[in-house]
Amino acid sequence: MNLPDYNFTALTPALILSLWAILILLVDLLFGERIQRWLSWLTVAGLLVTGASALSLWNVRAEGFSGMVVLDNFAIVVTVIAMIAGILAVLLSSDYLVDRDLFRPEYFALMLFSITGILLLASGRNLIMLFLGLELLSIPLYVLTGFARPDVQSEEAAMKYFLLGALASSFLVYGIALTYGATGSTDLLKIRDALQNVQVITSTLTLGGLILILVGFGFKVAAVPFHMWTPDVYQGAPTPITAYMSVGAKAGGFAALLRIMYVAFPQIASYWTGALVLLAIATLVVGNLLAIQQSSLKRLLAYSSIAHAGYILVGLAAGNNRGVAGALFYLLAYAFTNLGAFGIMIALSKKGEEADSIESYAGLSSRQPWLALAMTVFMLSLTGVPLTAGLVGKIFVFSAAAEAGLWTLLIVAVLTSVISAFYYLRLVVLMYMRDPINDFGTQVHLTPGVRTALALAVIGTVLLGIIPGNLIDFTNQTLAITTQTLVALVH
Amino acid sequence: MAVSVTNYTVLSAMLFTIGIIGVLTRRNAIIVFMSIELMLNAGNLAFIAFSRAFGSVDGQIFVFFVLTVAAAEVAIGLALIVTIFRSKNTADIDDISTMRG
Amino acid sequence: MFDLVVLVILLPLLGVIVNAFFGRRLGERWVSYIGPGAVGLSFLVALILVLSLAGLPVDQRHHETILWTWIPIGNFQVDLGFLLDPLSAVMILIITGVGFLIHIYSVGYMHGDPRFARYFTYLNLFVASMLTLVLGNNFLVLFMGWELVGLCSYLLIGFWFERVSASDAAVKAFVVNRIGDFGFILGVMLIWTTFGTLHFTEVFEAAEKSLQSGAPVAIAITLLLLIGATGKSAQIPLYVWLPDAMAGPTPVSALIHAATMVTAGVYMMARSHVLFELAPFTGQVVAWIGAATALLAASIGVAQYDIKKVLAYSTVSQLGFMVAAAGMGAFGAAMFHLTTHAFFKGLLFLGAGSVIHGVHDEQDMRKMGGLRSSMPTTFWTFVVAALALAGIPPLSGFFSKDEILATASSQNIGIYLLLTIAAFLTAFYIGRQVLMVFFGQARSDVHAHESPRVMTIPLIVLAVFAAIAGFFNLPGVGSFSGWLGEQAGELNLAVAAISTLLALAGLGLAWLLYGRSPVQQDQRDPLAVRLGPVFTLLERKWYVDEIVDLTIARPFKALCSFLAGEMDLGIVDGFVNGVAWLVSLFSRWLRTIQTGFVRSYALAMLLGAVLLIVYVATR
Repeated sequence: MNLPDYNFTALTPALILSLWAILILLVDLLFGERIQRWLSWLTVAGLLVTGASALSLWNVRAEGFSGMVVLDNFAIVVTVIAMIAGILAVLLSSDYLVDRDLFRPEYFALMLFSITGILLLASGRNLIMLFLGLELLSIPLYVLTGFARPDVQSEEAAMKYFLLGALASSFLVYGIALTYGATGSTDLLKIRDALQNVQVITSTLTLGGLILILVGFGFKVAAVPFHMWTPDVYQGAPTPITAYMSVGAKAGGFAALLRIMYVAFPQIASYWTGALVLLAIATLVVGNLLAIQQSSLKRLLAYSSIAHAGYILVGLAAGNNRGVAGALFYLLAYAFTNLGAFGIMIALSKKGEEADSIESYAGLSSRQPWLALAMTVFMLSLTGVPLTAGLVGKIFVFSAAAEAGLWTLLIVAVLTSVISAFYYLRLVVLMYMRDPINDFGTQVHLTPGVRTALALAVIGTVLLGIIPGNLIDFTNQTLAITTQTLVALVH
Repeated sequence: MAVSVTNYTVLSAMLFTIGIIGVLTRRNAIIVFMSIELMLNAGNLAFIAFSRAFGSVDGQIFVFFVLTVAAAEVAIGLALIVTIFRSKNTADIDDISTMRG
Repeated sequence: MFDLVVLVILLPLLGVIVNAFFGRRLGERWVSYIGPGAVGLSFLVALILVLSLAGLPVDQRHHETILWTWIPIGNFQVDLGFLLDPLSAVMILIITGVGFLIHIYSVGYMHGDPRFARYFTYLNLFVASMLTLVLGNNFLVLFMGWELVGLCSYLLIGFWFERVSASDAAVKAFVVNRIGDFGFILGVMLIWTTFGTLHFTEVFEAAEKSLQSGAPVAIAITLLLLIGATGKSAQIPLYVWLPDAMAGPTPVSALIHAATMVTAGVYMMARSHVLFELAPFTGQVVAWIGAATALLAASIGVAQYDIKKVLAYSTVSQLGFMVAAAGMGAFGAAMFHLTTHAFFKGLLFLGAGSVIHGVHDEQDMRKMGGLRSSMPTTFWTFVVAALALAGIPPLSGFFSKDEILATASSQNIGIYLLLTIAAFLTAFYIGRQVLMVFFGQARSDVHAHESPRVMTIPLIVLAVFAAIAGFFNLPGVGSFSGWLGEQAGELNLAVAAISTLLALAGLGLAWLLYGRSPVQQDQRDPLAVRLGPVFTLLERKWYVDEIVDLTIARPFKALCSFLAGEMDLGIVDGFVNGVAWLVSLFSRWLRTIQTGFVRSYALAMLLGAVLLIVYVATR
């Protein structure tokens, strides 16, 4: 009997990362407390190595394990986004944890495992792999969400996230089962081939499977109406975890959705684009309108992250190549910007004094001019003001929707992004045009980790806004190859 | 009379529905979680039925993975429930609703 | 060498950086060199560039500087590029020139303010943004400037945020402008989907080639752009923010809310005149909106007591003239009026600032009077600007306004009538203002004093331009129109005579009411006595604010206080003014759905899944 061709190359980044997670546990076992302050930098090193290994495989396009995983440029771009989210979140974590007596080494190991999940979601080409990736992403996150125990809110958040996440997984499993029943395979390419048959296309099993898969990943990316866990979980989780979750989990979920919809279901594109248009409209409206009403910054950013999931869904719903590239670029831009915004929150927080109340940001510009300026950059980028990454991302996905002729969706998207300025700029107005109301922000100690993270986030946000050219070329090149790997792939 | 794949599918759909109803109506976190497990197993049943009908093993492999993952989830889930029970003295999910709006 | 145009933007930007990061350490003295200096240098560069542009043959006066490809998304290519042509040349000279004078003036006006450095940071940033707006070679760069000037405008309106009115006004300006921006963004998107590019020259070439006059898509695009213009340029129905914006420092009103930013809408229409010429229907709409705004605002200006509010409504009214001209296709006339208006209205505002400064922050004209002798420089320069605004020959306003009136008289008699009445009212209210402020006896105990030289010298320079700028574009000669590639306006003697007579009549009427027997302290306004309730109607600005308040804001506010109450940070309150209360009802309802109960979240997921399945099954 022939052994299948394993080709470990296709799994290189994921392997490095999971081994590094184990390494961290071992290092802690061997050296204990002595190494504590270097642990986060060790984790960052692991992420850098993984990112480098992924980039070194650019244009290689390795397939392995009988097509279960494929490391193409699409997967590499998602990997890079996950690395950025991971590095920034880890840098923001260490002192946050120490300050609150939450420092435990397994935190970093869990984080690396969770990121490994994103990598599997990015490169899986079999529903089994995608399911495993999703669970590998989620299960450590449940733990990390509850990491601040015995803080009641953290526990509550973990509980809610866990129960609803498990529910979403069960939807996903059933959806995969139905798809398997309709097409006889869990391999995306084989599903696609089976769908050449007209009878299969319209079968209840296929459509039911499609929708349940959509629900499963829709939960992860916080698409309305599968978003309801988001504000509560974001609020309760430790802030660095919220920051990571808002970008990492989304990147993983969207990568998987893109891969599944484009590779397995192009034959029934009109069904899923239609459904995605509905989801996108609901997500944009609900996310933006509820954000206006918030008085807690963390919840505001939670609703804002729902709203941004809506903009990414606009790219997906377009169902064309520009939509894929747009969604990827948007994720990249969002990674820098959103982690930056959470980073400012972390920089200003102390144990027992979380910088959560929006009103307390009044007059920050006179006390912390640099932090206020950085926050302004992030808010402008989230609003989509020119010269920031956010605007380029929006133009990208909007032009994809225009190309697809989705005018209703486009008008809703523009209208909601106009509305979104109200709640983002409210913070800017507070920081620059009000007097401070208490001693908030008078004593701020910026640690090297936080400094590095914030600097990276600002640079990323601004550079992507001013010269996105090279990066878009990067994604366009990806696109040229993903068009083959994702859309027109024939073997 | 041979039991056809359709019968299995219908049975799994029923199990799935019972699971959903359980999630929506029960308040004890453990029972809610058991209902979710039921939904997962509905998926497993469907997999095995289809797998047999197609004569391929893909579906059965998937079931192994689902079972493994479910075991991991149980471990995490029970730990969480215990933690919450310690601090709140209840496992009623309606009582863990301080964050809203 | 025309690539140096980048420098015109970079210099003020350099000022921003220095003032923002070192301003507080440098102290007032250095900031007052750096802030105005940056703009002054920028003006010099602009002047050299424009002079060399003028040295070129007519068909070569078009130079593009492309820095890099900003957004290259497949066939969606947008450059970060600048365009120097006669139209943008006029604008950059106004922005840097008038801007420079106002910067100098600000040094005196803001002297001693604790946020002196921050003020110049914002002001320099504004100049840089405005230059980006007018120099952009495509709609996206224009949009970038459009957004940035808006941002600076809010920051500067709310500069004295301790005053409640200031921060409320900033919020109002923000909300109203977002409505305009929404239209503008959609317009730009429609341009892209229609022509596949946003680059000015390419869009206009494609439009001329592929579109018939009156094509629906041209009408749609121009109507959407018009919505944007009504927001920025304060036209009906979005003009309400501009009068309130006077809460900002007076030099800001002069620079942003008279000379430059508010003219962005007019500039944008002039820039895209090819599209507007393809949509005669939109042209009609634009012309009527402009004329109606001109008349409405002028009538409100008649009955204001706040020295700056009179000028604010006057600005709205004069912008109406420009918009009406643009609507009638007379883009040269619109740009010419924009230019002269920048001089005389900027001067009027600076004069008003000098008065306010002199009488120790009093803005109520009923408490002024007799300042002629104590503030001679301010007085004489103000009179020059007032006469220019009234349209007395040979001052600049006469020529520019007359060109618009002449066009209207030959094109659309209804618009001509509206504008003529507006012109008469203009002469009346500005006459009233001059008489109330500078003549008669002082109606308060404040001892007025003339402003320092750093403030009066800009006044004198502007007065010279307000007086002679008309000769740039004599009727029949039209060097200004020729520069812009437009036909020179014909001299219509009848129209000129009528408007001159009406201007004199307006001033005369003002003299009859306010000059012959100067208003005494605590005396009722003579016009109020004669007009009775009509005066009140005008004084209360046709009750527009109240109507908006009663129909939209009040129910919305009631609802809001009924709901949460805890959040009233101004923006929410401002959001209130703009969007119908249904939105809030909806979002409040959404919020109640977020119950915190896991089971209801699960139910939402299930319902979502069911709805999607139903959708897929039924399509």
